[in-house]
Amino acid sequence: PPGGGSGTYDLSASTFSPDGRVFQVEYAMKAVENSSTAIGIRCKDGVVFGVEKLILSKLYEQGSNKRIFNVDRHVGMAVAGLLADARSLSEVAREEASNFRSNYGHNIPLKYLSERVAMYVHAYTLYSAVRPFGCSFILGSYDQDDGPQLYMVDPSGISFGYWGCAIGKAKQAAKTEIEKLQMKDMTCRELVKEVAKIIYIVHDEVKDKAFELELSWVGEVTNGKHELVPKDIRVEAEKYAKFIGCDGRTEDGYTTL
Amino acid sequence: RFGQLSSGSDMAPDWTMKEVSTGTTIMAVEYDGGVVIGADSRTTTGAYIANRVTDKLTPIHDRIFCCRSGSAADTQAIADVVTYQLGFHSIELDEAPLVQTAANLFKASCYRYREELMAGIIVAGWDKRRGGQVYTVPVGGMLVRQPVSVGGSGSTYIYGYMDSNYKPNMTKDQCLRLVSGALSLAMERDGSSGGVVRLAAISETGVDRQVILGNQLPKWSTA
Repeated sequence: PPGGGSGTYDLSASTFSPDGRVFQVEYAMKAVENSSTAIGIRCKDGVVFGVEKLILSKLYEQGSNKRIFNVDRHVGMAVAGLLADARSLSEVAREEASNFRSNYGHNIPLKYLSERVAMYVHAYTLYSAVRPFGCSFILGSYDQDDGPQLYMVDPSGISFGYWGCAIGKAKQAAKTEIEKLQMKDMTCRELVKEVAKIIYIVHDEVKDKAFELELSWVGEVTNGKHELVPKDIRVEAEKYAKFIGCDGRTEDGYTTL
Repeated sequence: RFGQLSSGSDMAPDWTMKEVSTGTTIMAVEYDGGVVIGADSRTTTGAYIANRVTDKLTPIHDRIFCCRSGSAADTQAIADVVTYQLGFHSIELDEAPLVQTAANLFKASCYRYREELMAGIIVAGWDKRRGGQVYTVPVGGMLVRQPVSVGGSGSTYIYGYMDSNYKPNMTKDQCLRLVSGALSLAMERDGSSGGVVRLAAISETGVDRQVILGNQLPKWSTA
């Protein structure tokens, strides 16, 4: 048996181990841990997502292989793990949001959406004929009535609401940084810079080379529409991130104030 | 549809071959903090009054009501379906449902089955997001929100009264007087409307129902 003492209890999701674990689900979570980091933070007037998108080839077009999706006008989704699984789940989330609007005539509340998608993810942890989804994702939304909301769903099919959360390989380091923030008092504009900074801090320059920062937000600043952060704001945020995140040294090694 | 069978036979009375209808006058008015809804109480089969004390103000949820006009059976059936759907939805959401949601559910049924149904429904209630709201779903299944809405066969007689007497930002008591006044006028003129006036005021605190009997109705003529 590979690795630890999982024995013969890890071959299918329909088997418990003697100590009450479902190894297939745990292995699915390992797949998420191998992926690069994604974070989501909720502030006073919105939600900001940041994803460390590792560039595996110089031939990639800039902006391709998006890790942040639009689920509905007011809902965004940042993912980590097996990208193909994540894309399929974003379609599920889109259908749920669309059907809700069609049946009930208004925006889907985020708590309800994340519970519906989590239920779907959970269903794939019950049978031996299918494998669990190898991705976690963070959902964020903003609307007039509920304000900013942030939920995270993991491969076990559980969903929790958060003020800030991180998924992927550097999630521990990212969580430490997130905990230092007073996000409840910040606005989206301030938060964008902090999110960029955290991604730059947790990025491992030794193990992983180049990366592209994917930033998106939804809040009062965007009038409730989830969209990628405009280029000029992103560039400014990255400048702030590189300056602060790298101990005052810019990319070419010069110290500036 | 079996609503319009031959009215020719002199031997058999009307009510043996006419569909039961809530001929009706119904209305709903928004005010700051809630809504006031009202209806007459007459149900007819042709010229026979099958029920003279009908309750056409039907609760769909704690703070959402509908006013029913058209076919009694159709509107009862639709109201039952929507009550189920809205109750389920509210449990899933773990919060009180929106009036807009209830209205959309009525629209969905009324539009999908528009060829088989004859139902004119006014949905009104209070929710914490948008306060008091009135939505009208006439025959055919359109949906539109209005600050004031009138419906049923008797409504035609009171459009002028509403146009001249409704003003925005009225108080709850002004609305109650407006509704009872309008309904009395309609009941006076429309043969398919009559009986008592049923009123309900819906707000954050709950639902307050009243009945105004024939002798207590506002009088518009000295006769």
